[in-house]
Amino acid sequence: MILVLDLCYRDGSLSRDEFVAPIERLLQSAGVPFTTRHYTAIGTPEVEAADAVVLCGTALKDTRFAGHPGRFSWLPVFERPVLGISSGMRTLAAAFGAGTEPCCEIGMTDVRVLADDPLFAERETFSAYELHESAVQVPDRFIPLAASDRCVQAIRHRSLPLYGLLFHPEVRNEWVVERFLRLVEDAR
Amino acid sequence: MRLGVLFSGGKDSLFACWKAIQQEEVACLITIISRNPESYMFHTPNIRLAALQAEAAGLPLVEVETDGEKETELLDLKRALLRAREEFGIEGVVTGAIQSVYQASRVQRVCRDLDLWCFNPLWNVDQEAYMEELIERGFRVIIAGVFACPFDASWLGREIDRRTLGDLRAIARKYQTTLTGEGGEFETFVIDAPFFAQRIAIEEASRAYRNYNGVLRIERAGLVAK
Repeated sequence: MILVLDLCYRDGSLSRDEFVAPIERLLQSAGVPFTTRHYTAIGTPEVEAADAVVLCGTALKDTRFAGHPGRFSWLPVFERPVLGISSGMRTLAAAFGAGTEPCCEIGMTDVRVLADDPLFAERETFSAYELHESAVQVPDRFIPLAASDRCVQAIRHRSLPLYGLLFHPEVRNEWVVERFLRLVEDAR
Repeated sequence: MRLGVLFSGGKDSLFACWKAIQQEEVACLITIISRNPESYMFHTPNIRLAALQAEAAGLPLVEVETDGEKETELLDLKRALLRAREEFGIEGVVTGAIQSVYQASRVQRVCRDLDLWCFNPLWNVDQEAYMEELIERGFRVIIAGVFACPFDASWLGREIDRRTLGDLRAIARKYQTTLTGEGGEFETFVIDAPFFAQRIAIEEASRAYRNYNGVLRIERAGLVAK
């Protein structure tokens, strides 16, 4: 089962339909079992029961999740597939000690693939939807997988299937989520 | 959080408003009236009736006019949001954007410039489920403009009930149109919503139609008890 984490400012917030529901629909149409929880409402049992985790994005002005790093202290030892989207990438990188730097991108941006990885196999460039205030620094144990002209757009842990995407794959790049789900299937 | 809803009078902005009312405090509706029928962002038939819809909803309306030129209309949007912030203390904006990255990105940028939150509760919605929910929740929506084949003049003024939704489904399958009109195939006008205290009665309307392009112009309308 995949654990979908809602990082929005409040459980059941007005942002949920915008950032969490599109991910849920993708999982539903792929026939993948999942459960959704707000990040303030998970504990060890939910994390232990998960085969994989998707950390969803949030609104541009929403940084409340970043004020609760203790809520994500399980990420460095999770070791199963993780997909962090935008704010979720920031959360994943922060759990591994990396910070952010100012870099606002809004709208469609060209993304170049930098390294071989099953997530981006046979794609050299694609156009992606961006909605972020900050770029995410690449943590020590991660490699950059893709970049726009302005900042790193995708990262992966050197030895674990932990991914961070700065762009929103649920908008016009659903194939990225579908490939992640195949990795989850392979990791089982 | 006090919010202003970008309001065109069509089903998407009304549904987004209803979503916002359930989660936050909607302080006002915001309408941009474009004088340019080709406006990229804001043109819609019967926009002047937004005031009547706002009255039905019991919400104040901020109205700003724009010439509807591609770049200056963003300045007009900014002007409208500034007014809404000054008059009603809004901290965020709600839109009915479904798929248009063009529109959504532009509103996101203006909100960022003004340090406002931006909410798009219909973003990437399942169009089938959305149309079903509109009907189920008691939204009464009529087709107020058609702009694509095969929509003929008989569509103008038609209410989107289950039978109409079935016809829209058949058209979407055959002509590759969107079920919601998101592709600009048709526009809508809402005559009743779950948060309206009164509903809108259209007393007089005229139709202008030619070659799969037409609008229902509501000449006279009033509020009646529900």
